[in-house]
Amino acid sequence: MTQPSTTQPTVQDIIAALKDKPGALLPILHGIQDAMGYIPSDSVPVIAKALNLSRAEVHGVISFYHYFRETPPGKHTLHLCRAESCQAMGASKLEAHVKTKLGIDFHETTTDGQFSLEPVYCLGNCACSPAMQIGHDIYGRVSADTFDQIINELEQSA
Amino acid sequence: MSITVYVPCDSGAISLGADRIAATIAQQAQQRGLEITLVRNGSRGMYWLEPMVEVATEQGRVAFGPVQAGDVAGLFDADFISGGSHPLNLGLTEELDYFKKQQRLTFARVGITDPINLDDYLANDGYRGLNNALAMAQADIVKAVTDSGLRGRGGAAFPTGIKWNTVLNTPSAQKYIICNADEGDSGTFSDRMVMEGDPFVLIEGMTIAGLAVGATQGYIYLRVEYPHAHKALNAAIEKAYQAGYLGDNLLGSGKAFHLEVRLGAGAYVCGEETSLMESLEGKRGLVRFKPPLPAIKGLFGQPTVVNNVISLASVPIILDKGGDYYRDFGMGRSRGTLPLQLAGNLKHTGLVEIAFGLTLRELLYDFGGGSASGKPIKAVQVGGPLGAYLPESQFDTPLDYEAFAAIWAVLGHGGVVAFDDTADMAAMAKYSMEFCAIESCGKCTPCRIGSTRGYELMDEIMQGQDLDKNIPLLRSLCDTLLNGSLCALGGMTPYPVLSALNHFPEDFGVNEKANVA
Repeated sequence: MTQPSTTQPTVQDIIAALKDKPGALLPILHGIQDAMGYIPSDSVPVIAKALNLSRAEVHGVISFYHYFRETPPGKHTLHLCRAESCQAMGASKLEAHVKTKLGIDFHETTTDGQFSLEPVYCLGNCACSPAMQIGHDIYGRVSADTFDQIINELEQSA
Repeated sequence: MSITVYVPCDSGAISLGADRIAATIAQQAQQRGLEITLVRNGSRGMYWLEPMVEVATEQGRVAFGPVQAGDVAGLFDADFISGGSHPLNLGLTEELDYFKKQQRLTFARVGITDPINLDDYLANDGYRGLNNALAMAQADIVKAVTDSGLRGRGGAAFPTGIKWNTVLNTPSAQKYIICNADEGDSGTFSDRMVMEGDPFVLIEGMTIAGLAVGATQGYIYLRVEYPHAHKALNAAIEKAYQAGYLGDNLLGSGKAFHLEVRLGAGAYVCGEETSLMESLEGKRGLVRFKPPLPAIKGLFGQPTVVNNVISLASVPIILDKGGDYYRDFGMGRSRGTLPLQLAGNLKHTGLVEIAFGLTLRELLYDFGGGSASGKPIKAVQVGGPLGAYLPESQFDTPLDYEAFAAIWAVLGHGGVVAFDDTADMAAMAKYSMEFCAIESCGKCTPCRIGSTRGYELMDEIMQGQDLDKNIPLLRSLCDTLLNGSLCALGGMTPYPVLSALNHFPEDFGVNEKANVA
């Protein structure tokens, strides 16, 4: 064995459990990201070998999909909706507030490692715009005030 | 006697605090020594009233909403579990105007039943369609769907029965049913509501589709943005397997159908059926050339039915009550009902399932109650991010596939997003180009390059630069996208862009005269 990384046992388990499914690559990538928060670069050759793909093919799939990430996220990943319905209800203003409050732009993580900010194009909560998602939790009719409140609560629970 | 209290588990209701309300109700009931049964139902689709709590009374279910956690103690004080009077008491749910005026066929159970309770599903006409289908010849099942006039509710409106017939008549050892649950269109949420609020109806519809065309494996390709729907679907699938509604021997018939949920990963283009199949196969979601049609050469090269959630969820009632029953709703070649989703700047946002033929104005004002901000509605985008923007002068268009096509617009998946007069339509057009650039799969040049050039062009137009040159250039670019793209992403981005330009030229800094030239 030449794999020095501590991530490998988890990755190996996930691959072993899923590799025989038809079209196994996305389920495997989801499994790894669910377990580790991102897809570590040292898992790419392991996945490639198990599925008889090239590393380039695996990397190509990871980079194609917005949801998969190759760097560790903050403790909370915040998906802020930018789509039309939310725009009609003030999402652009909310977006500016969120970026100022967190001090980061989209695809960035706060320096304290608490929050990562990602854009999302519809959460299906368009009847309660503007909407955002933190982890699996969804929030509707988000205002600057309710946003601050949610963030403060999350910071305090840390 | 235990009283049943309903608090929705729909993610929209949860986004407004429904989980906290449910916990507070349970806690208060316990403190007061009251015996209640708390059911987490789907949403009735009246989101401005969410979280909407219902109580079962002898007269029917009484609604209270919108309820905040701080209201719960007061509701108990007012004896709400007996339907007591309280400022939040809305009366009988089914007498609420917004609900009463609808024709709920596909959404018949959503908001009424416990979504993952199979007994509840069976007690409310569930699996009657499958029972009928099990006794029918394959061609007769397909005929019932063809007779119903059902057209694909994902957006393309292709007749479902014709698609099924092609798969039925393409011989193969393995065929597939795919449910396209990648509801990426902004302003739409009907798929989500069905999957969270009545997942069994989708499972039943897919099982019937499998029987009809001879497919034994189904996949639900679900967008990763819907974790609540994921949980509900997996729970319902597990129950269906346990009860023999899925598996190798459906209800002892000897016929097999297996079902699995697969998650997407945030790519809008994977809602396009060929890109979706590439993704299911574990690849980048690049759009395929057509032909071959998926019905002939689809997933893993096999004949495949790809239908939207609403299309498949409409199948059980068609098999239960017959194609004629469904076809008798609607107008022209748009048969049955369409679940419309009211979103954006409207007072009464939510789900309205109704027969085709209502006008957009009736939908916006009689159901939607006008804008939420109280300002005039300036524009409405119908049919998702690739749908046209309609100005007030087009609000009398009936909701009908052909009537919309005639004004160069689309009904799509039934999303309706309203904007008040503060909206800058040039900014919306620029956003459409930006969205196309972000989501393009990159396979065809018009979409990959054209969207970025379009974004840059809109940037210049919004700064008032060289309008005499740039407006015609934008039109020419849109023409290339429209006619040269491989799929609807590039092919339809011109709809929002050009409709914004044509109907709101002043927002682009040009007057109508210059615009026509």
